[in-house]
Amino acid sequence: MRSIVPVLTVVAAIIGLWYAAVIPMNIKEALMQAERAGAEVTPASARDRRDAAALGLVMQNSFAIGATFDQDRPRLPAPHQVMAELWDTTIDKRITSRRSLVFHAWVTLSATSLGFAIGTGLGILLAVGIVHSRVMDLSVMPWAIVSQTIPIIAIAPMIIVVLYSIGVQGLLPKAIISAYLSFFPVVVGMVKGLRSPDAMQLDLLRTYSATKTQSFFKLRLPASMPYLFASLKIGIAASLVGAIVGELPTGAQSGLGARMLTGSYYGQTIQIWSALFAAAIVAAALVGLIGLIQRLTLRRMGVTA
Amino acid sequence: MTVTLQLLIVWAIGWGGNVALSRSGHPVARPLVPVIFGVTLLILWEIAVRGFNVPGVILPAPSDIAARFATSLPILWADLVQTFFKGALSGYAIGCGAAFLTAIAVDRSGFLQHGLLPVGNFIAALPIVGTAPILVMWFGFDWESKAAVVTIMVFFPMLINTVAGLQETTPMQRDLMATYSASYTQTLIKLRLPAAMPFIFNGLKISTTLALVGAIVAEFFGSPTVGMGFRISTSVGQLALDMVWAEIVMAALAGSAFYGVIAAIEKGVTFWHPSQRE
Repeated sequence: MRSIVPVLTVVAAIIGLWYAAVIPMNIKEALMQAERAGAEVTPASARDRRDAAALGLVMQNSFAIGATFDQDRPRLPAPHQVMAELWDTTIDKRITSRRSLVFHAWVTLSATSLGFAIGTGLGILLAVGIVHSRVMDLSVMPWAIVSQTIPIIAIAPMIIVVLYSIGVQGLLPKAIISAYLSFFPVVVGMVKGLRSPDAMQLDLLRTYSATKTQSFFKLRLPASMPYLFASLKIGIAASLVGAIVGELPTGAQSGLGARMLTGSYYGQTIQIWSALFAAAIVAAALVGLIGLIQRLTLRRMGVTA
Repeated sequence: MTVTLQLLIVWAIGWGGNVALSRSGHPVARPLVPVIFGVTLLILWEIAVRGFNVPGVILPAPSDIAARFATSLPILWADLVQTFFKGALSGYAIGCGAAFLTAIAVDRSGFLQHGLLPVGNFIAALPIVGTAPILVMWFGFDWESKAAVVTIMVFFPMLINTVAGLQETTPMQRDLMATYSASYTQTLIKLRLPAAMPFIFNGLKISTTLALVGAIVAEFFGSPTVGMGFRISTSVGQLALDMVWAEIVMAALAGSAFYGVIAAIEKGVTFWHPSQRE
């Protein structure tokens, strides 16, 4: 609670910096428009302005500062423009409309959650195998760790195109990329978690003559929960990145990634920024949801931390 | 049928060998088993692709990829220089350096720490690759825009790790420094920075992967006609999948080497930390 004021201060500072940055970033376009509208601009020729420093232009033409916040295709849109666009494309449009961000976010979100479910499920299964089989541990674990150091996302365009060429398209290719990205963090975290009970606890269960299954469900699995949730949070963020990147190479028609790509083709900066914020909101909501489930689960299990 | 049989035999040999090795508990098992596993998978891949006549536009055989890798080394090297050395490394250095300095600046004010940490944590979880189209628009198609994307991507993980690391010292240790009447700078350099090193290197290691990812993905939004992301997206368009795979091998090698270098430096710097002891 005590961090609310500092957090708000930092956020306010970021927004303030953003507004301040908008002025020099957009001043050249604003001056161009002002000149066309017949206003007196110093320096008068467009070529002089192109080579001039942005801050100097702001000093000499302070009348145009207002206009920098109100460009159609700004280099840097002002926060209120992004918010207006977000509001316009989420609340004011029907959610089935192609121009609605809710529609695009839903497309990306469904790929993300399908991929996350696949990746997490397989990751937990593999982790269980690794913990119980020494051969699997020795063979697979080093590769799982190495795979975290390589930029897996480079594979994304190929997966999409290959699956497309054998007739799989739509949700599944994106979900596979998402699954792939969330798979390894879950494996590594879950193995760590399932191994977290110490020798004392394992010995205790042995003195109870507990079977392997019993010690798995009564000791290892509960003990692994904090680790699992920590890696689930990483995994879901990675899944979302995977789904967004998965939409880039094929020129997908819908989804937040497609929205960014079309925005960058047509110079619609406000559209890119609003897609970016929508992605941020989705990511925050997903991580928050995992955090909520974590808190509920841990409380149910009697962990008071 | 014979192909399936071959696959089963190779798998049985590889896996059986691994089972025997890991049961034996021989010290050589630890490094050898993963290698055997990897080689087995490669052989299976090769046999399956050749045996089932999988077309090269769907999945090229490992031997094809290796051949392509060997014959297009100049192209791969040029791409690596463009994407890794120019884009990723410079962004990595700028981002991590800026985050480190910011962390030290923030460290003096508890107010800023409380404010910046949650915001930083939040931003670190966001899909920052999404800023790539914007930054490509601002900084042009060449490596500067890639470096900018990488800078933003590595900044926040590095910042939160460094800030967390700087809080790592115990009150006892800080009291000791106070009894020595050490100044802020002395405490920082002799006690708190060394204590923060495991965290700082954790941030640096996380950032290595992010740097390559950022540089490659940013090239999907526009690049000169060289670079790993450019090559991957155009080769996919031409269905030259062996080239894509060769590029992925290159990215994997570069990524692992980058990580390995940072991990080696960490071993030297944080030799005292429990996780580094033999």
